[in-house]
Amino acid sequence: MEDRVEATITVNGTRLTRRIEPRMHLIDFLREELGLTGSHVSCEHGVCGACTVRVDGEIRRGCLMLAVQADGKTVDTVEGLSDSGELAVLQQAFHERNALQCGYCTPGMLLTAQALIKEHPEATREEIREFMSGNLCRCTGYQAIIDAIETVLRTPRTEGVR
Amino acid sequence: MNDRIDPHRLDALAPQASEVEAPPKPGTTKTAKPAKTQVGYVGQSVPRANAKRLLQGRGAYTDDLKFPRLAHVVFFRSPHAHARLKKLDLSRAARQPGVIAAFDGRAIADYCTPWVAVLGHLKGIKSPPQYAVAIDRACWQGEAVAAIVAETRAQAEDALGHVVAEWEELPVVTDMEDALANRTVIHPELGDNICFARSFETEGFDAAMKKADLVVEETYGFGRHTGVTMESRVILADYNAAEHSLTVYHATQAPHMMQDIFSRHLNIPEANVRVICKDVGGSFGIKVHVYPDEMATAALSVMLRRPVKFVADRLESFLTDIHAREHKATVRLACMKDGTIVGFDLDDLTAIGPYSVYPRTSGIEGNQVVNLTGGPYAHKAYRAKMNVVFTNKNVTCQYRAVGHPIAVALTEAIVDLAAQKLGMDPAEFRRKNLIADDAYPYSFPSGLKFEKLSHHQCLDKLLALMDYTGLRAEQAALRKQGIHRGIGLAAMIEVTNPSPAFYGVGGARISAQDGATVRLEPTGMVTCLVSVTEQGQGTEGVFTQVCADAVGVSIDKVRVITGDTGVTPYGGGTWASRGAGIGGEAVLQAGKALRANILDIAAAVLQVDRATLDVRANSVVDKASGEERLPLAEVGRIGYFRPDTLPMKFQAELTVTRHYTPREYGFTFTNGIQASYVEVDTDTGFVKLLRHWCVEDCGTVINPLLVDEQIRGGIVQGIGAAMLEECLYSAEGQLLNGSLADYLVPMTGDTPDIEIAHVSTPTRQSELGAKGVGEAGTAGAPGAVMNAINDALAPFDARVRVQPFTPERILKALGKI
Repeated sequence: MEDRVEATITVNGTRLTRRIEPRMHLIDFLREELGLTGSHVSCEHGVCGACTVRVDGEIRRGCLMLAVQADGKTVDTVEGLSDSGELAVLQQAFHERNALQCGYCTPGMLLTAQALIKEHPEATREEIREFMSGNLCRCTGYQAIIDAIETVLRTPRTEGVR
Repeated sequence: MNDRIDPHRLDALAPQASEVEAPPKPGTTKTAKPAKTQVGYVGQSVPRANAKRLLQGRGAYTDDLKFPRLAHVVFFRSPHAHARLKKLDLSRAARQPGVIAAFDGRAIADYCTPWVAVLGHLKGIKSPPQYAVAIDRACWQGEAVAAIVAETRAQAEDALGHVVAEWEELPVVTDMEDALANRTVIHPELGDNICFARSFETEGFDAAMKKADLVVEETYGFGRHTGVTMESRVILADYNAAEHSLTVYHATQAPHMMQDIFSRHLNIPEANVRVICKDVGGSFGIKVHVYPDEMATAALSVMLRRPVKFVADRLESFLTDIHAREHKATVRLACMKDGTIVGFDLDDLTAIGPYSVYPRTSGIEGNQVVNLTGGPYAHKAYRAKMNVVFTNKNVTCQYRAVGHPIAVALTEAIVDLAAQKLGMDPAEFRRKNLIADDAYPYSFPSGLKFEKLSHHQCLDKLLALMDYTGLRAEQAALRKQGIHRGIGLAAMIEVTNPSPAFYGVGGARISAQDGATVRLEPTGMVTCLVSVTEQGQGTEGVFTQVCADAVGVSIDKVRVITGDTGVTPYGGGTWASRGAGIGGEAVLQAGKALRANILDIAAAVLQVDRATLDVRANSVVDKASGEERLPLAEVGRIGYFRPDTLPMKFQAELTVTRHYTPREYGFTFTNGIQASYVEVDTDTGFVKLLRHWCVEDCGTVINPLLVDEQIRGGIVQGIGAAMLEECLYSAEGQLLNGSLADYLVPMTGDTPDIEIAHVSTPTRQSELGAKGVGEAGTAGAPGAVMNAINDALAPFDARVRVQPFTPERILKALGKI
């Protein structure tokens, strides 16, 4: 058994120090050790995007990163970004458009979509499809997701919404 | 009451259904907004309440659950497709850190009896006994032969490396035709490799076919593929030794079916078994079967007297989640010069792996192909032959649309070929042959009965929706520029709302009825418990709508609970597009009965004739004037806390249960038609899906938003089958692409925008009138895409016939490689 390594990570605004098995993936650490089960495990080899979380402001696959690699970094998950209200507009658009069915891919979709909104606010429909192409959804067929994101991009933003 | 605004009064002031704007038209759900009315929810695009927790990552899927003393099981699986286990030594594995126990198949068989998946109405179907963990022999790569339980999943996986197994490889049968030839018999005790065979012929078939002017024939291949649910299979079994009771948290579509199965195979009284479905991350038919590793997990909980969880990882999912659709089918179509179809002749071969899957059997998909081939058309002659054979690959069973994608694709492909040979436009050829809209009730040559379908209305609507004429002109113009586009149509029928004819008559303890309990709470809230389950399709949402209308309350007053055998009425669950149609009718009838009981109480309280009262907008009102007489919170208060104020012999009944079973027809058929528009790059073989259309008749549309998204999602799964998805096996029976890196599924870039419209022919079997819709998209899409590609390839005199239509297959058809 490998020796545990101490790491200090700020998760959803809370700084915490844990001794972590070096081989533990970030997604397993969040889910198993911290009980943050909103981010999901689906393929565990970096294809599906269900485990997407934000590390130091950039979206990352929680299954392709070790938890100890997050030492000294900031990690945000769907729970924290829901509480802060950052995802509220997207969540409402997803809800109204029924851009989710089983909901398993949804936290990853939301985090990726929020990155798109921040980085490419002028994205065309085709560009939305391209940006979201690393997140697998097996239920919706994607159109509702693309529609919901497009709605948010095209809606004039009010101060304080984000 | 205090001075604060009473929400009941606000609701009472809200407009009635007749005064509000019409529900959004089907196909225009892009701009759908939450409904604002408090009555008339059925037919409106109401967003579903249960989506909110999922949007915040605050759902609870089974893998999210943690229990004291929770143990984790992993399985040691056969690396060979067919091999005898000469030696299995678990002693080293059992000594690894954190390991609680390691068992072989024999040890587990002491606690879990084997099963044989046959049904009485599939005459002659056979399969060998299957154990939770295989004993002595593995029959496919991935079959479990040992279980290791540890304190953590990681520890259990570490211990797997210490299992010592010696194998003697046995002859492998992977090819369907080899299996049918019986040169090597996988289960010698069964005599041959044929699990199930069926043949069928209408009277005078040969004579009818001989009179035809044209007979076309082709052979089509369908690759085996699988469901790829985002949430893999998960089960957490929690045995209580003191009570001899078992609580199973299970990502399943059929909790009552599983309750019965756990009870019978683990020898625990059924009343002591409770199956609970938390949020389920997609199912599509994958989660409606009995999986040996899941049965083993339940047995291990009993053996170890503690909770045990099994989560299939993605690689295990590819090896052990049911596969589906491996078919090779030759079909002949006979028609007259004027295009009238005389008959169809089908020869289908399908391979199901080494076992028929329990308890639904693996004979159903082939059976459906026989039942449904030629389905939309008015021919009279039909002959079918079908063989279901065992092979040494993973098992196959019912996956979304079961048999329909095969039957629709081969029917529609041969129909297009016939039209092409006659020089007829494919739309006109269909118009000539689709069963007339006034021909119902209609008996189909395969014996099926159709209550009422709307093929011609759907065809007309589709052609208008897609601007068929304009598209043909565009196609012709682009062809001159060397751009090769194709238009494909696929008409379809679909089995929904099955009666007991599907499973019950064959002896399976699978309920065709469903139940709903509706209860008025003291606060005026309504709780609705339904035996149908939720996997994301929105059943809880539509039940909320139906219940609100039936009782007379706003939807925010309704809470729906599903997926718990300890709580809900008994029922079948979710499969065969049955949830909304069957469960919804049960909810409607229970809600209406509760409304009547509420009026009884109100009439007693108000001392008026019950017939003068109604329930609207969360209150009992005067029926004529609409004036509020008694808020439902007051009915609840009196009914529960002050029944002493009611007449002496009057008992308030504020909980009502009703059930519903479709009886009149074996299946409530739906119909629809899809169209695909594609562009084929004849240099690379790549196909770009440009547009897709679907016109569907699922009867009453309870929620256009949810229905349309179900159809879209279904179409994209069908597109996956047509374009990308195939479980590839080597000749030795090794799965070659069992990961999401290698097995391709549609991503955002692979899918077109999809337009949907509806024709509504409600079933008259139920008051709600809803037919099923969950599988329609998947049923029709592969056929439409196939025909579109072949239409694009027509100038080259090339055709593709084997799904998925990979660039390689297209280039081969073009003679370029």
